[in-house]
Amino acid sequence: MSIRTVTFDAIVVGGGGAGMRASLQMAQSGFKTALISKVFPTRSHTVSAQGGITCAIASSDPNDDWRWHMYDTVKGSDYISDQDAVEYMCSVGPEAVFELEHMGLPFSRTEEGRIYQRPFGGQSKNFGEGGQAARTCAAADRTGHALLHTLYQQNLKSGTQFYSEWYAIDMVTVGDKVAGVIACCIETGEVVFFKAKATVLATGGAGRIYSSTTNALINTGDGIGMALRAGLPVQDIEMWQFHPTGIAGAGVLVTEGCRGEGGYLVNKDGERFMERYAPNAKDLAGRDVVARAMMMEILDGRGCGPNGDHVHLKLDHLGEEVLLSRLPGICELSKTFGHADPVKEPVPVVPTCHYMMGGVPTNIHGQALRLSEGHEGEAQFVEGLFAVGEVACVSVHGANRLGGNSLLDLVVFGRAAGLFIEESLRQGMEQAEPSTDDIDRAMARLRRWENSTGGESVSELRNNLQSTMQNAFGVFRKGDLMEDGVSKVADLRARIANGHLEDKSMAFNTARIEALELDNLLEVAEATAIAAETRKESRGAHSRYDFPDRDDENWLCHSIFDPKTKTLGKRDVNFKPKTVDTFQPKVRTY
Amino acid sequence: MTTSVTSLGRNGLHDWLLQRVTAVLLAVYFIFMAGWLVCNGGADYLTWKAFMGSACMQIANTLVFFSIAIHAWAGLWIVTTDYITRMQFGDSATRVRLLIQLVIAGLTLVYALWGLLMIWGGA
Amino acid sequence: MKVSIYRYNPETDKEPYMKEYELDTAGKNLMVLDVLNLLKEQDPTLGYRRSCREGVCGSDGMNMNGKNGLACVTALSEVAPGVFEGRKPLILRPLPGLPVVRDLVVDMTMFYNQYEKVQPYLQNNTPAPAIERLQSPEEREKIDGLYECILCACCSTSCPSFWWNPEKFLGPAALLQSYRFLADSRDTETDARLAKLDDPFSLFRCRGIMNCVSVCPKGLNPTRAIGHIRDMLLERGV
Repeated sequence: MSIRTVTFDAIVVGGGGAGMRASLQMAQSGFKTALISKVFPTRSHTVSAQGGITCAIASSDPNDDWRWHMYDTVKGSDYISDQDAVEYMCSVGPEAVFELEHMGLPFSRTEEGRIYQRPFGGQSKNFGEGGQAARTCAAADRTGHALLHTLYQQNLKSGTQFYSEWYAIDMVTVGDKVAGVIACCIETGEVVFFKAKATVLATGGAGRIYSSTTNALINTGDGIGMALRAGLPVQDIEMWQFHPTGIAGAGVLVTEGCRGEGGYLVNKDGERFMERYAPNAKDLAGRDVVARAMMMEILDGRGCGPNGDHVHLKLDHLGEEVLLSRLPGICELSKTFGHADPVKEPVPVVPTCHYMMGGVPTNIHGQALRLSEGHEGEAQFVEGLFAVGEVACVSVHGANRLGGNSLLDLVVFGRAAGLFIEESLRQGMEQAEPSTDDIDRAMARLRRWENSTGGESVSELRNNLQSTMQNAFGVFRKGDLMEDGVSKVADLRARIANGHLEDKSMAFNTARIEALELDNLLEVAEATAIAAETRKESRGAHSRYDFPDRDDENWLCHSIFDPKTKTLGKRDVNFKPKTVDTFQPKVRTY
Repeated sequence: MTTSVTSLGRNGLHDWLLQRVTAVLLAVYFIFMAGWLVCNGGADYLTWKAFMGSACMQIANTLVFFSIAIHAWAGLWIVTTDYITRMQFGDSATRVRLLIQLVIAGLTLVYALWGLLMIWGGA
Repeated sequence: MKVSIYRYNPETDKEPYMKEYELDTAGKNLMVLDVLNLLKEQDPTLGYRRSCREGVCGSDGMNMNGKNGLACVTALSEVAPGVFEGRKPLILRPLPGLPVVRDLVVDMTMFYNQYEKVQPYLQNNTPAPAIERLQSPEEREKIDGLYECILCACCSTSCPSFWWNPEKFLGPAALLQSYRFLADSRDTETDARLAKLDDPFSLFRCRGIMNCVSVCPKGLNPTRAIGHIRDMLLERGV
């Protein structure tokens, strides 16, 4: 079957912050760049980021140092972030943030006219010795929105070619190389081969594998699905962050900035319980620590509400003026989804799935990696493939991401990948030439859904998958429950293979897109389940009842999930930053 | 930037300002006239003629006639460009619009000249 | 409750029609988007856009019982009196004034084109400093109420002037963004920007109807922004 081919120097799959930062870099330099996004780019999930972008720009504290930020990030990651990558992110960060400001990002300001920075969880001065830092650069509580729109605007200016509402189905591979992607125009149903020397995955997270998540409905792990189907490994995929403050019932996020600005959590007795769990940092401890403390309160019967299933975030003491100027979006969301006006009453919150720390392993240039023998061998580059943002695992977040580091990750590594690809293109990057069979292979799953004649519905299968993940792989994990979860996900694989797509029309067929997304959810869920069950320790966001302690002897390493054998291997963490001393693993307290 | 050759000043700000200025002028004039009529309720034809024949009123009336013409043209031009478009009239929209605009322009001009004749013609 | 939804699939339908659905909401005051998601489980052919489901991405702008808004942040009780109680049906139609692609999905090309026309990006012809460009909190405050736009198109598609001249009148959303850059102390292209707005259509086709203000899900005020631009044009032109 022959389909239309369009050719570019580089294609970026995903129109969030990372994708648009990468495309901007390349388009600015005059390379023919296409950005394929399943939604109009400003509807990507980056738009929901609220609190800010953490970076040592030394505005709030003129003596701030990126090395302190690096220390916090490594500690926050529970020591399985790669220190060379964290070093790169924290040191290049200020340049990347100033660039955003020059592009027009409407940051909030200090009296001196500099960018406003607020305190966030896990931040310290002087390597944990100098007390709480304020390092998160903010545009009120709409930083992600401001960032995403700014990047879209700059891409417009630079002539990036947008393919909005095009859905990438699978990568086209030629042997070990990537030659582009197959994508479908949602509006017309047309399927096209996007051929490029560089393919950048920037498809974001996959929070929708859980039934309760702060993630947008579009966060279905499309890039992870594509990588796994192409036989590429994923790293640390068991590490899922549960954000402490999702609005109970709705799953909608309220920013950590609420606590940064002075808000705190209370249980049903009105006790500020974080004082017990993290005597120093209190409500601004790492997110994994706060989320677990909240769950302990709820499980011990000190939760709020008639069912005792959430706790309260108290903000009213900050006063109306602070709330309306610093946290206006939160006031809106709380009223709409939490039925609580933060000016007068506490907001009901509960830990909610928020962020995927794991992903496609890459180096600091965004080059995707595979390991020579499935999962235990040497890392090798996947020619033609890059990954940036949440879909990638560089790894700067390790087992737990610090608040505000996701936006920094997006711009720093989106930019880094753009710079690297630019340079490679200048030096004559090669285009892999796929055969008809190679292209055909990438269409297989589309064809399967198109040819389905009966079976379970997509929504039913998706609901099943999400509740399985929610029950077995939440904040606290248990060996037997996870084993059960793994086998349920395996069953679901068989059921989804026989799923039914009833509507086969061409024009804006969202049912087809949801079916294709379900395939990706399954891939992510399966990798998560197997990795979580196999990592027999508790570290960062991965917290097990049966193995409650961190086990540095066996598990101070990345996990690598190999889709071919469906087994988990280990990969060394990088402990060799270039310009600073290694941060040695320590007991992690806040 | 969208260009227009049939609008009054071929410039949005110019048209907008003229519309506002003429509206204010008309408002002042009609309030004044209403006031005069209330105060001189029993006035006969001769009083009225003398009042209207004064130099002040001749100038005021001239201004008012021009204002009405300008205001009407600006307003009706907008109406024609809002409602007589391809959406309603298909391919013939431009021809229909131009025709109607010419008729309106002609009528407005005739009306303004007629007004001048009445004021200055000494009839 | 009863839900009546505008349906149109260009491949199978000669013309659009309203399809009636019955849904048990168990007495919950759901958001309209939740209702759509539940109905899509019954009828997967139903087409609509959605993404963040919290009112910040701007995907699910639609016309609900006659008024434009975002389905994800509009509770049944806010749609119209009697809808939540089940006395009246929930009536969902695509945003008016733009071509329908399918069901509740409209072709937003004209809307985006107008956005692009205002050069919606910061332009500054001075060399960038090593740190950020300084801006006082007072200067920064001037772009509050402007930069928050989510491009949902609720405003422009409720504006009669945009209905009549969608290709010539920029519409409230694009004009709000135009003013966002005119008001930004860091932008140096004020005069060039204003010069492009001086014609009879781009800005001056705003008749101050203010539908844009009444439907904006983010509580923004495009009419006021348009007024500010007009003041700037006056200052420049008089």
